Amino acid sequence: MIYFDNSATTKPHDEVLHTFLEVNKNYFANPASIHAFGVEVNELLEAARNQIAHIIKTKPEHVLFTSGGTESNNFAIFGVAKENKHIGKHIITTEIEHASVLEAYKTLEKDGYEVEYLSVDNKGVISIDELRRKLRKDTILVSMMHVNNEMGAIQPIEEAAKIIHQHSRAIFHVDAVQSFGKLEVQFNGDAGPDILTISGHKIHGIKGTGIIAFQRKLNIAPLIVGGGQEFGLRSGTVPVPQAVALAKACRIATEHLQENYAKFTKWRDHLMDFFNTFGDHIYLLSTKEGAPHILSFSVRDLKGEVIINALQKRGVIVSTSSACSSKQKKTSHVVEALNVDSHFKEGVIRISFGAKNTEKEIEQFKEIFKEVMKELKGV
Amino acid sequence: MLWNEILIRYGELTTKGRNRKDFIHRLKNNIKYTFSDIAPLTVQAERDRMYIKLDNEKQFEVLMEKLPSVFGIQSFSPVAICDREIENIQQLAQKIMDRYKDQQITFKVEVHRSDKTYPLKTYDIQLAVGGFLLKHNPNLSVNVKNPDVELRIEIRKEAAYLMSEIIYGAGGMPVGSNGKSLLLLSGGIDSPVAGYLMMKRGVRIDAIHFYSPPYTSEQSLQKVKDLANELTKFGSSIHLHVIPFTELQVLIKDSVPKEMLMTTTRRVMMKVADRVREEIGALGLVTGESLGQVASQTLESLTAINEVTNTPILRPLISFDKLDIIDIAQKIGTYEISIKPYEDCCTIFTPANPKTRPKIDRVTYFESQVDFEEYIERAVKNREIYTLPEKRMKVEKFKHLL
Repeated sequence: MIYFDNSATTKPHDEVLHTFLEVNKNYFANPASIHAFGVEVNELLEAARNQIAHIIKTKPEHVLFTSGGTESNNFAIFGVAKENKHIGKHIITTEIEHASVLEAYKTLEKDGYEVEYLSVDNKGVISIDELRRKLRKDTILVSMMHVNNEMGAIQPIEEAAKIIHQHSRAIFHVDAVQSFGKLEVQFNGDAGPDILTISGHKIHGIKGTGIIAFQRKLNIAPLIVGGGQEFGLRSGTVPVPQAVALAKACRIATEHLQENYAKFTKWRDHLMDFFNTFGDHIYLLSTKEGAPHILSFSVRDLKGEVIINALQKRGVIVSTSSACSSKQKKTSHVVEALNVDSHFKEGVIRISFGAKNTEKEIEQFKEIFKEVMKELKGV
Repeated sequence: MLWNEILIRYGELTTKGRNRKDFIHRLKNNIKYTFSDIAPLTVQAERDRMYIKLDNEKQFEVLMEKLPSVFGIQSFSPVAICDREIENIQQLAQKIMDRYKDQQITFKVEVHRSDKTYPLKTYDIQLAVGGFLLKHNPNLSVNVKNPDVELRIEIRKEAAYLMSEIIYGAGGMPVGSNGKSLLLLSGGIDSPVAGYLMMKRGVRIDAIHFYSPPYTSEQSLQKVKDLANELTKFGSSIHLHVIPFTELQVLIKDSVPKEMLMTTTRRVMMKVADRVREEIGALGLVTGESLGQVASQTLESLTAINEVTNTPILRPLISFDKLDIIDIAQKIGTYEISIKPYEDCCTIFTPANPKTRPKIDRVTYFESQVDFEEYIERAVKNREIYTLPEKRMKVEKFKHLL
C-alpha cells in the first residue's frame, strides 16, 4: 500500500507507541494526586510540557494539553471571544479555514459577534493590505491557518503578526495543525502568533492528542471546566501517556524537519512536473510556494471519488481535498474560494506525504497514475 | 551573524569608589555563572563597561533573553564591528538599519572618535553614513532631537563599533557584593519577592524552609524548590536548607495555649533560622513580612518574634501593599508557582483567633515550661541541603520516554 494521505492522519511512530504503552504501564497514577507516585507522574508530565515549550519557544505554563486540533481551535476561539467581549466583538479570519474554526465562528455570529472573512488569491494566500484595512479598534481576535489543509498554501504569518500587533489589540491565533513539524512553527514576539494550536496525529503521534499554547498570559476562558487541571484552563484528569507520547512525536518531527522538508520538496516538484505532462487534463491547485507535503490537483470533468477508487484498486491511498469534508457532497469551501474553473471543481485530489514515504513510492505512483489516466481519460 | 559582541554598562557601581574593582569582578563572575550553559564566554571587563564576545547565534539569543535579569547592569547593547574603512562602515550601518526597513522611522547618527587621528572628522562621518542610509532606504528620515533610532558609531584605534539599541537591565548591584543573608522561604507569594529585592541590592541568598511531613506534602516542598530555583535566575546559585519541623511543631502545639501557638511557632522558627545563619556565616535574616498583613505581622507580633535574636532581620516588604507584592511576583515569575495550592507549615494548626497583640512576658512564661533546645539542635542537625539550580536528574530519568 502506498499511503499518501498523511494530512488526514499519519501512522504513529513505533517509538511513540512504545512510550504510550510504557507510561500507561508504569506511570498510570493521576498527576494531581499528592502521594509520591502521583508526584512522580506529575514530574513526567511537566518534563513533557517543558520539552514542547522549548520547541515552540514559550514558557511551560503556557502549554496546555488537549484532545486535538479541533478542541484547541474551539478553545482558542470561544475562550478569547468570551473573555474579551468587553473590548469588542469584531473578529477576523480567512475564508479557507478548517471547519473547526469556521463552525466555531458560525456559532459566535449567532451570539452577536461580527466575523469578517479575508479572501484569498488563486494561490490561496490572503492579502496583507486587506487584513490591515479590516483591523479595527474593537477587533479582539484574528484566526489564521498557517498551512491550508486542502492545498498547502502558506499564509504570511510573520507579516500578518506585525500588522495585527501594530494596528490593534487583537489576539493572533494561528492554527498550525498542518504546519507543525513540516515548517518552522514557534512564537516570536510581535512578529509571531499569540496562540498556537497543534495536533498530534498529523505528526506520527497518536490520535486524540493536541496542544494549545500561548505566547504570554492571555485573557482566555476555559472551554472545559471541572477540577481546574492545566492551570485552571482545561479541566479533566490529564492523560499523561498521551501527553508524553505527544512530546516525543514533537521532538522526532522537529529533529527530522529539515531532512523531510528537502525530501518532500523534491517529490512535490517532481510530481508537479509529471502532472504538467498531461497538459490541460490536469489543473494544479498547489503551487511551489506552498507547503511541500501537500499537493492538490484536479482532473478535468472527473469526480474526485472516481479517481480515488481507481487508485485505491491499485493500492494507492489519496483523498479528496479534506477528509473532514469529503463525505459531504458539496464542493469544498476552499475550492470555491480559489475560484477553480468549473471543469476542475469536482475532481480535486490531495496527495500528502509523511515521514514514512519513500522515493520508490513516488516512482510507483507515477506508473500507476499513468494507467489510471489511460483507463479514465484515454490519454 | 550581524552582531559581534554585547556591550554592558554598569549601574550604580560606577559611583562606588574603591570597591568598584570588586563589584566589577563579581558581575563578571555572575555573568559567567548565569550563562554557563552557553560557555565558554569571553568577557572583558573595563573600568566603566564590559564586553562579551559572541561566537554564535545561540549565545546571542540566550544573552538577549537573560541579561535583563542580571543585577548590576544598567543597560546593554548589541555591537557590530568592522574595520575603519568608511565604505565598510556604511555597509554595516545599512545592514543594521535594514532591520527597521518596513517601518517609517526617524534616526540620527551619533559619532564618537576616541581615536582622534582618524582622518575623517565627526561631522564627515555623520554625513557619509547618514547620506548613504537615506539614499538606500526611503522609509528613513532624520530627526536629531528625538530620533526613534540612534545609530552610534565609535571609532577606536583597532576598529569601528556600531550599535543601534539600548536595552535596559535590571539595575541594582551584582549579587554577592553586599554579603550573604538567610531567607525564610515559605512557599507563599511574599517571601520569594523579599529574596528578590535583597538580591537586587547585591545580597547573596541562602534559603531556609520548614518542612512538616506528613502535614505538608512532598509537592509543597517541590514548590519551595521551584521558587528557589526561580530566584537563581538573578545571577547566583542558592542553597536551600530544609528543616524537619514536624517534631517541633507538634511539641509547640502540645505545650502552649492555642492563641499563642502562632507567636511561639514563629519564635522557634526564628531561633532555628538564626542557628543555621550562624553555621553558614550569613549576616542577616530576610523575611517576607509586611506590616499588618496577618496576625503575625503586627508590630506587637514582630516585636515578640524579634526578641529571640540580635541578628538583623531584614524585611524589605514591610511597607508594601499586597497588590504591589503580587505585581513584582508576576514580573519575576514566582507568582504562578506560589499560588499552587499546597499546605505549608504556616497554615496547619492555625487557631481561629490568634493573638494579634501577644504579651512577651506571657509568651516567655509558657515557653520556659518546655525545653526546646534539644529539639532545635536536632532539627538544625538533620536538615537537608539542596543546591539550586538543581541539575535536572528527573529529566534524565524520563529521557527514554521523551
